[in-house]
Amino acid sequence: MARIDLDRIRHAYGPNPKSEADFALRLVNQAFDDGGAYALLGPSGCGKTSLLNIISGLVTPSQGRVRFNGDDVTNLPTEKRNIAQVFQFPVIYDSMTVRENLAFPLRNRGVKQAEANQRVDEVLGMIGLSGIAGRKARGLTADVKQKISLGRGLVRSDVNAILFDEPLTVIDPQMKWQLRAQLRELHKRFGYTMVYVTHDQTEALTFASKVVVMYEGEIVQIGAPEELFERPSHTFVGYFIGSPGMNVIPTTLDGASMRLGAYSAPLPVAPRLRGKPKLEMGVRPEYVRIGAQGIPATITRVEDAGRFRIVRAMVQGHSITAISPEGDELSADPHITFDPKGVHLYADSWRVDLTVEAAS
Amino acid sequence: MSRGKLSWLVPVIYILFLLTPIYWLVSMSFKTNAEITGGFTLFPEAFTLDNYAKVFGDPKWRGVFFNSIFYVLLNTIISIAVALPAAYAFSRYKFFGDKHLFFWLLTNRMAPAAVFALPFFQLYYKVGLFDTHIAVALAHCLFNVPLAVWILEGFMSGVPREIDETAYVDGHSFPSFFTRIFMPLIASGIGVAAFFCFMFSWVEYLIADTLTRSAATPITSKMRAVFEQQGGTDWGVLAAAGTLTIIPGAIVIWFVRNYIAKGFALGRV
Amino acid sequence: MKPVNQKAWFLVLPVLVLVAISAVIPLMMVVNFSVQEKASNGQFFWMGTKWYETVLHDEKFWGALFRSLSFSAIILAIQIPLGIFIALNMPRKGWGVPASLILMSLPLLIPWYVVGMIWQMFGRVDIGLLGVMLKDFGYNYVGDPVDAWGTLILMDVWHWTSLVALLSYAGLVSIPDAYYQAARIDGASKWAVFRYIQLPKLGRVLTIAVLLRFMDSLMIFAEPFRVTGGDPAFLSIELEQKSEELGWASAMSIIFFLIILAISWVFYAVMTREDADVAKPESAS
Repeated sequence: MARIDLDRIRHAYGPNPKSEADFALRLVNQAFDDGGAYALLGPSGCGKTSLLNIISGLVTPSQGRVRFNGDDVTNLPTEKRNIAQVFQFPVIYDSMTVRENLAFPLRNRGVKQAEANQRVDEVLGMIGLSGIAGRKARGLTADVKQKISLGRGLVRSDVNAILFDEPLTVIDPQMKWQLRAQLRELHKRFGYTMVYVTHDQTEALTFASKVVVMYEGEIVQIGAPEELFERPSHTFVGYFIGSPGMNVIPTTLDGASMRLGAYSAPLPVAPRLRGKPKLEMGVRPEYVRIGAQGIPATITRVEDAGRFRIVRAMVQGHSITAISPEGDELSADPHITFDPKGVHLYADSWRVDLTVEAAS
Repeated sequence: MSRGKLSWLVPVIYILFLLTPIYWLVSMSFKTNAEITGGFTLFPEAFTLDNYAKVFGDPKWRGVFFNSIFYVLLNTIISIAVALPAAYAFSRYKFFGDKHLFFWLLTNRMAPAAVFALPFFQLYYKVGLFDTHIAVALAHCLFNVPLAVWILEGFMSGVPREIDETAYVDGHSFPSFFTRIFMPLIASGIGVAAFFCFMFSWVEYLIADTLTRSAATPITSKMRAVFEQQGGTDWGVLAAAGTLTIIPGAIVIWFVRNYIAKGFALGRV
Repeated sequence: MKPVNQKAWFLVLPVLVLVAISAVIPLMMVVNFSVQEKASNGQFFWMGTKWYETVLHDEKFWGALFRSLSFSAIILAIQIPLGIFIALNMPRKGWGVPASLILMSLPLLIPWYVVGMIWQMFGRVDIGLLGVMLKDFGYNYVGDPVDAWGTLILMDVWHWTSLVALLSYAGLVSIPDAYYQAARIDGASKWAVFRYIQLPKLGRVLTIAVLLRFMDSLMIFAEPFRVTGGDPAFLSIELEQKSEELGWASAMSIIFFLIILAISWVFYAVMTREDADVAKPESAS
């Protein structure tokens, strides 16, 4: 397994990129620890698949270097990088049996039959397919086929990293969580470096120890799932993670408080900002309280989500979503307050760090 | 997928091979008979449009061109019109004998024309349709309808059934749904099927020749007559007529080139 | 799952009627003729299987059948690998795609009679490019049966290889890139890629191509008749030439048709059996 370093990677698909908009990847400067389980999360077109392909070598970056354990592999072709990749739909060799599928990479590298068989048996055990080793790969279900694809990657003992490109896309919903659990299990037991691309936040948050959120060709935040939820570094992260996403409202600064019309939200310290950035207040629906005090609001819709209710309201011309525990009375004249724990200031979409140490 | 740097040479050489006899035909069409039979010239020395003038100027030649195009169009329209509902049935429903019916239909595509030539002749003669365009159009249906059904069924199966159901919920009757909603969705499939119908009917010779005598004869019948006439073959005119038979095909394929590409991508094959 | 609906028969009815009239009635007529003989007074009377026996005992029939099958075998052996080879090397992107598709389709769109005529002109030693070029090597398809065969084979390859190439191309472009990428990661050689990824995908397509070409090559009537004026005696031409003897010709037609039917059934069974395999996925326990 290897530590992967992405050193100032920039990539454009067209031949002559003129502006930032031509770049699929604007600037990625990131290290993936040996043995870490990472998820690359983001909407379509954010660059996550491009990044994955740069790691695997299917794409050579326009700028920057890729290093495995310190060795520069930027110009090394895929087959020499010793990575395994699982694609969106199962890629297996229909005409071979399960066993032959798994043995294929080993045979191509000249590994002797006996040794190959031993290794294949090991991997079959790991992914739970020992029972069907002799079956033709053709008629099997999608989840089994994906496991075979995975197995083909695991079978090489010198694998540097396992890369997943939205691998659960064609899997039935009831099998999805099972497969995810098995992947986590594999990671815990064997400590592979795994990088998992997805646009589904549930998949990312349940699979990875560190989630890499990408937006428009850049990494906007890396962290454990809890960090991303509580302290989104970018308004996009706040919006993308959590369901419903974070409320983002334009605001103005008044010393050490944010103002929303007549309402004032105090900040721990007065922020020092350069220039005149666009200021926004970010607060998750979980931290929006409805009660008798605060800013007057008009409730436009209430959705019952079982154990809680999603309340959509208009406050001074902005729409705000709040989460209200079930059983709470909603008064006829509702007012909104924000729990200061969950309020963040964003300048040009990036979060302003307001800890006391940072300000001094 | 790695391919040699010179892999483009393969299709190029092959296409040159394909174009050579066609070039020869076209160049002959611009030569006088004297030049053709006189010596051997690679390129027309005495370039002439006489042969084409003879073909365009002769009402009999114009007539046979019209005949061919007419019965081909007739056949395409009939084949598609009949195949559309049938393909829909095969695509959407299970019914008694459906698989066997489908297979039987396909076997007709394989029917050897030579076997049917004589019976067709007798059959259409008996019903008084001998030497008509409709006779040829109907006869070609034997081969084109199964093909059209096969192609259309494939494209239709690619359209989710939910669309049908939504249309009925919205209040469409079956004909309205079929013409206004469904057909636009399978437009490329109709294009591909129509192309193949046109293609087969246009190139077929034996049956078209057998079922006609003078009123509805195809170009190729007249060409054969000219070929076998006494007193020397009019090579130039034959070459001109031959060249003209290539043009409709080229035009049609130019127009459907995008549909064909899309059809390939949809992987019906 | 498809709902069962017997009323679907109404949708199929027009097709059924059309094809049945075109197929069943003529076929019955041919069968009818094949078991009757025309007497000198114009009356038909029952002959039983006499015509069939005559045909099956006729040496010339077997000779013609053998020649037809050999012809089919030869051209299949050339066209299938050649078509695949061309498809493997055709461009996948850019202007080359529509250009090569259009140009390669040209021979398929020329009326069959004209194809024969083109090659007759092309191969003549007095006015044809090919004939003139090969004249000094002793080539002359008019007199020499070997040359005639060679010309027919060349003509058929010229005419139909594009069909195989286009069908194969369609199969190849439907293979997603991920398969090739995975093969690179697995360290597969170019041969392995062909054998395990491309060939299986082509299998279905090729079955169709082989079936179509085999059928058509057995019954090409127009072209060889044009090129060589009836020589060498192919099966289809025998039919044409003996059409005065209705019974004999009809019996031969039926035999011919049964052969073709048997072979298509075999191919169809192979094709649908493969489909059935894929349609029933089993999951691992």
